Amino acid sequence: MTADLLIAAALVGLLAAAAGAVAPERLRAEVVSVLTVVASGCGLAVALGVLRSGRAAVVHTGRLLPLGGLSLRLDRFGALFVAVSAVVAISAMIFRLGYESHALSSRTASCVLPLFVTALILVPAAASVTTFLFVWELMAITSLLLVLVDHRRRSEVAAAAQWYAVMTQFGAAALLVALVLLATHADSQSFIAIAARSAGVPAWVRSTAFALAVVGFGSKAGMVPLHVWLPRAHPEAPGPVSALMSAAMVNLGIYGIIRVGDGLLGGGPAWWWLLLMGLGALSALFGALHAATSTDLKRLLAYSTTDNMGLVLLGIGASGLFASTGHPSLALVALVAALLHVVFHAVFKGSLFLSAGSIQQASGTRDLDRLGGLLQRMPVTGSLFLVGSAAIAALPPLCGFVSEWLLLQALLHGLPSSDLALAIALPVGVAVLALTGGLTALTFVKAAGIGLLGQPRRAQAVETREVRRSMWAGAGILATLCLVFGVAPFLILPAVLDAARTVTASHVLDPLVRGWHVGLAGAPGALAPGLLGLGLLASVVLTAGIRRALQRAAVRRTEAWGCGRELQTARMQYTATSFGEPLTRVFEDVLSPAHDLDVSHVAESRYYVEAATFHTSLEDAFERHGYRHAASALGWWGRLARRVPNGSVHRYLAFGLVALVVVLVVLG
Amino acid sequence: MTSAWPAPSVVAVSVLQVLGVVVGGPLLVGLMRKVRCRLEGRVGPPVHQPLLDLRKLARRERTRPDRASWIFSVVPVVLVATTLVIALVAPLLSTDPAFGWSADLFALIYLMLIGSVVLALGALDTGTAFGGMGASRAMTIGALSEPALLVAVLALSIPAHSSNVPTIVARSLAHPAWLATPQRLLSLVAFLIVIVAESGRLPVDNPSTHLELTMIHEAMILEYAGADLALIKLGESMRLIVLLALFADLFVPWGIATAPGVGHVVVGVVAIGAKVAALGVALAAFEVAVAKLRLFRVPELLAGAFVLAVLAVISALVVP
Repeated sequence: MTADLLIAAALVGLLAAAAGAVAPERLRAEVVSVLTVVASGCGLAVALGVLRSGRAAVVHTGRLLPLGGLSLRLDRFGALFVAVSAVVAISAMIFRLGYESHALSSRTASCVLPLFVTALILVPAAASVTTFLFVWELMAITSLLLVLVDHRRRSEVAAAAQWYAVMTQFGAAALLVALVLLATHADSQSFIAIAARSAGVPAWVRSTAFALAVVGFGSKAGMVPLHVWLPRAHPEAPGPVSALMSAAMVNLGIYGIIRVGDGLLGGGPAWWWLLLMGLGALSALFGALHAATSTDLKRLLAYSTTDNMGLVLLGIGASGLFASTGHPSLALVALVAALLHVVFHAVFKGSLFLSAGSIQQASGTRDLDRLGGLLQRMPVTGSLFLVGSAAIAALPPLCGFVSEWLLLQALLHGLPSSDLALAIALPVGVAVLALTGGLTALTFVKAAGIGLLGQPRRAQAVETREVRRSMWAGAGILATLCLVFGVAPFLILPAVLDAARTVTASHVLDPLVRGWHVGLAGAPGALAPGLLGLGLLASVVLTAGIRRALQRAAVRRTEAWGCGRELQTARMQYTATSFGEPLTRVFEDVLSPAHDLDVSHVAESRYYVEAATFHTSLEDAFERHGYRHAASALGWWGRLARRVPNGSVHRYLAFGLVALVVVLVVLG
Repeated sequence: MTSAWPAPSVVAVSVLQVLGVVVGGPLLVGLMRKVRCRLEGRVGPPVHQPLLDLRKLARRERTRPDRASWIFSVVPVVLVATTLVIALVAPLLSTDPAFGWSADLFALIYLMLIGSVVLALGALDTGTAFGGMGASRAMTIGALSEPALLVAVLALSIPAHSSNVPTIVARSLAHPAWLATPQRLLSLVAFLIVIVAESGRLPVDNPSTHLELTMIHEAMILEYAGADLALIKLGESMRLIVLLALFADLFVPWGIATAPGVGHVVVGVVAIGAKVAALGVALAAFEVAVAKLRLFRVPELLAGAFVLAVLAVISALVVP
């Protein structure tokens, strides 16, 4: 039954793609969105069925794909990711109904969008190396095409897509090698067979495969230093696509790392996980710092994706480390915390990206320095953005808090430890979590406070009006989930626990207390987010009631204090740049901001300034130091290689002869 | 730890805690002001002056800058409400307040964070330069002090195997020698620096400054008036007393009520009152002696607190 639904999801997805290619322009957006919602609905139904029953949905056909056919097997672990992708896709497609984008309504884009969603649903179900690589590449290429849709209007789009294309193909090459290596040694390309035989594979092969998988999947998840494409490509994509990429596609990078590390390889030595924790900590700090200093709303959200995926990697690394040092129960808790953060990140980041898409469409810009006062002009979208911001800043009683709390508990309960690796890694992990927590709060006070509150900073922001109902409905579904999962995490915790147990084949029965309160079994100290939420609500009502009883008169509107100046203009407000300036100064050594002050003087006297312009820019340190050198080295190599074919027929014949001799020698 | 409805006596203790925080907060601020004035050779207003100020403000008209949204008016309510919840669930008088099992030390810190975040949002909502300035500075300081606080909490939680305040307190009471270990002393200093930074006292911020350019906290609340200002003043004094009371619990736990019963609770009230008052006096005396730091020196202070907290964790691992 569930298998049929899985096939149905894929078929409806293909049907939507076909409809996108042939439907008349007038109906295209509606037809594609509705059919994609149906496909995602089927995917959600399969995932929930599998999560509930524990029986995997299996589809296997010998045809359709070369080398062994199409092989799908959705277990509980994959189902969790399918469910997340499906929910995000449904919200994004509802949002799509109202989103006005000529480029996204083109025949190509309408055909590719459903394919992208279908690929997102199929990746976690792939059960053999060829099937996996096929759907993985389908996802990469369709998302690349979707990033490109606006390239005629803005030149940055093409550059972003180029970065994305290079990084995703680089990652895919690493994955290809990793998976083929494992398949050769296991003598089978089915994931089940690889998992069964991986214990007998030589250690260096296992380690190589794991490292390559971390590179390949990590680049998809936006892990530093392979993140450079993410803050370029995610913002340039149209609203619903950037939500799908940042809330659903990056998760699959995490999926892959866990699937290979814990599933196929069945865990490994401590250094794998220390490496992962290190990369996670680096990603979290780097992402949080850049998010805190970004002034482009969507770029800020993209950097914060890197930050959150870093925290998830930190959790996965801690889980592996616990497992390899003999703490199976804590390993499971850390993995649950990481997976919970994946789910919650999808929920709040999806909502934030969709709201940012609404803001961009309504105001025509995503530059925070030009926005302001949007909460009064777009009350619903603004409120949804506030909810998402509170969730990502881990404020109780919203969902981000629960996963961060659980991750902190997992790290805390690993100490004190006699194991040196744990004793060093865990406090560092807590410090990173704490530092990113503070930076995230600052980032989202900036995003919400500068973008939504105060006065409009440019004329465009004054004219802004609320977007269509379907757009805020799409973001609203996810924002509601932020609150629901935040106060009642028990709705999702069992499913996440089952998923984690499935992939690690863990025998730990119940490491967590779960009910209205969450906590580690057998340890004092728990969290009752629902009760805290209720308490907050009650005391807000009480306090507001007391204020009302004390002062019944209506609030008087006054002019703000301006040090005695009469005129207060919007230009006197802090901008996003100035808001982040103290932090930029504190972290000057890491960020190394470039300032450019250009003062022109009045011709008559050098003492009078005629005009002054000030530019400040922050470049990604990895891009500046690492990638630029790599790109120039590649260019040099390319120029060198170009000298070899010089047009002489003799030379080409010689190449042919040499190649033939080499082949004969090797095969002989 | 149980989810059953708490016994009436336990609820009574929690209510007492909330009342103590609401009334004690302004009194603590008054006491600190009085100490400062005396040390500076002035007479100073009576200790209960902040309560009188609150009564006066509560009857005054509320105002709102013409371009601010509804967020501006919600901020004072949320600030007080989150602190009320903390006062309800945090173990201040007794180790077993009603609903105390619903929040650990991390949860209390994140509840505090709500207050800081809404204050900054309210400041940005005024659409003025001062609001933005205050919000930017306060959030930068908050972003740097939070890690120090969390790591200091970790250092306290490691030996107790729990981040639950009653568990930590119980362990300190059972092993008094543990209070003098290096990790306790290091995290104590880190904790103190963070309290000073979070509550906007000297040398990080000057609560009695009248010069807008040097303001941090005061710049954020410049536009509030009347009942709103009363709530904000109340909220910040409540935050201060809660922080000091938590500090007292964690580092000088003696006297806290460990069992229900009138006698225990009375001792608890007297003990926590004396400890908080002593801490307040010490802080005020310290404020007289120091000058405000330049804004860009504050991160160095907080980085120092962070390093101390990390050292505390390391020594907690080495010296269990």
